[in-house]
Amino acid sequence: MTTVSLTVNGQSVTSDVDPRTLLVQFLRENLRLTGTHVGCDTSQCGACIVHLNGQAVKACTVLAVQAHASAITTIEGIAQGGELHPMQAAFREHHGLQCGYCTPGMIMSAIDIVSRKGNALDEQTIRAELEGNLCRCTGYHNIVKAIAAGAQAMAQAPLQQAAE
Amino acid sequence: MYAFEYHRPTSIREAANLANQSEDIKFLAGGHTLLPTMKLRLASPANLIDLGQIAELRGIERSGDAIVIGAMTKHAEVANSAVVREAIPALANLAELIGDPHVRNRGTIGGSIANNDPSADYPAACLALNATIATDKRRIAADDFFQGIFTTALGEGEIITQISFPIPLRAAYAKFRHPASRYALVGVFVAQHTGGVRLAVTGAGSNGVFRIAAMEEALSRNFVAESLDGISAPMDEMNSDIHADAAYRAHLVGVMARRAVQAAARG
Ligand SMILES: Cc1cc2nc3c(=O)[nH]c(=O)nc-3n(C[C@H](O)[C@H](O)[C@H](O)COP(=O)(O)OP(=O)(O)OC[C@H]3O[C@@H](n4cnc5c(N)ncnc54)[C@H](O)[C@@H]3O)c2cc1C
Ligand code: FES
Ligand code: FES
Repeated sequence: MTTVSLTVNGQSVTSDVDPRTLLVQFLRENLRLTGTHVGCDTSQCGACIVHLNGQAVKACTVLAVQAHASAITTIEGIAQGGELHPMQAAFREHHGLQCGYCTPGMIMSAIDIVSRKGNALDEQTIRAELEGNLCRCTGYHNIVKAIAAGAQAMAQAPLQQAAE
Repeated sequence: MYAFEYHRPTSIREAANLANQSEDIKFLAGGHTLLPTMKLRLASPANLIDLGQIAELRGIERSGDAIVIGAMTKHAEVANSAVVREAIPALANLAELIGDPHVRNRGTIGGSIANNDPSADYPAACLALNATIATDKRRIAADDFFQGIFTTALGEGEIITQISFPIPLRAAYAKFRHPASRYALVGVFVAQHTGGVRLAVTGAGSNGVFRIAAMEEALSRNFVAESLDGISAPMDEMNSDIHADAAYRAHLVGVMARRAVQAAARG
C-alpha cells in the first residue's frame, strides 16, 4: 500500500491504495465519484477525462499514486451550488448528448479547450481539439455546437471560470 | 495489471540508486505507453520508479546553438514553448501532432525516445537534428542511440536526463497520421544544417527510424523538393502490415519528404 494525498473537487483526501490503482478507479470506487466514466480503458475514448492541476488528462492512464499532491477536478466539481456550469448548461440546451456516456469527458475536455484557446471557438478548432474524445451516438454535430455556445457563455460567467 | 512496488524519488541520484538496488525495475514517465503495456501484462516490473517528482528532469532552455529539453518535459510543453517555437518551430509543430491534447498533457519526450516505438515522432527529430541524448551516465549521439524497433543504447537502469537539439538553418516535419491511432504511418523530418542536410524517416522502417543518404546528398547540393526526383526510398527497409504495405509506405516517404522540404523552404 502507498499513501496518496490529493485534493478532489476542493476537498483534501488521504488514502492508502494499492499502487496499481488507476486514478479513474480511485475516483469511482474509493470516492464513489462515478460521473467519470471508463469507455475503453486504453487511452482512446476520453470518457475518463478529469482535470489534474487544471489540465485535461485521461484518468484511465494515470495511477492514483501519480496524482499525489495534486488537485483533481471531476465532472461532479464544476456545478456551483446546484447551478450547472455554463458548459453543462450548453450541452443540455443544444442537445449535445444522447446516451450521455461520453458527456462527462466531453465537458471536461471542452472546459480545457476554452482555458487554452479562449471563448471564441470556431468549428474547425473544436473538432481538432476533440480528437481524443469519442462519441458513439451523436455524430458530434451538436457537441460542437454546444461547446461553441458554452465557451461564449463562460465569458459571461467569470466567477464560475475562476472557481474551476 | 500485476502488482508492483512503487517508488517516488525526488532527485536523479535517488532514482539511479533505487534502480541499482532493486530487481526488475522500470521507470515511469508520463505512463502513456508503459501503463497500457502493463494493463496488457506485456510488462510486469516488480519495481516501478516514478520520475514525475524530479524537478531537475523538466524544463526547456536555449544553451548556445542548441535547445536543451529535460526528459520529463511533456509534449504540450514543447508544443507551447516560445523558446522552441522561435529556434526550431518544426520541433514544436511535431510535438503538437502527437496523439491528442490529453496524451500531450502526460506523455514526455524522454519516455518517447526511451521507448523508440517505430511509429513515434520524436525519434525522427532526434536523428534529423543530430541531437545528443544525455543520461545520468554519459552523452549519446542520436545516430548511436536508436538501434531498431523498441531498442536503444540505454543500459539497464540508465536514465535519460535531457536531449540537446542543435538549432538548424531550416527544418520541417511532415507526418501522415494513421487516422485511428494518430501515430505516424510515415513521418519525415528534414533539417538543413551548415554542414549539410539530414533527413530521417519514422513509421515506415521495418527496423525503426532511419536516414536516407541519397536524399540527404541531393538536398545538400540543392535544398528544393525537385532534388528528390528519381530518388526512391529503399524498399528492403520498409515495414509492411495491415495498415500499409511496403510499396505504399515507400511511396509515402517520397511524398512526405517533398512536403517537408517545401515546408522548410517556405520557413
Ligand atoms: C492514444 C495515444 C496516442 C499516441 N499517439 C502518439 C503519436 O502520434 N506519436 C507519438 O510519437 N507517440 C504517441 N503516443 C505515445 C506517447 O507519446 C507516449 O507518451 C510516449 O511514447 C511515451 O512517453 P511517456 O512519458 O508516456 O513514457 P512512459 O510510458 O512512462 O515510459 C515509456 C518507456 O520509456 C521508459 N522511460 C521513460 N522515461 C525514461 C527516462 N527518462 N529514462 C529512461 N527510460 C525512460 C519507461 O521505463 C518505459 O519503458 C500516443 C499514446 C497514446 C496513449
Ligand atoms: S476510458 Fe480512458 S480514454 Fe477511454
Ligand atoms: S452520447 Fe452516447 S456516446 Fe456520446
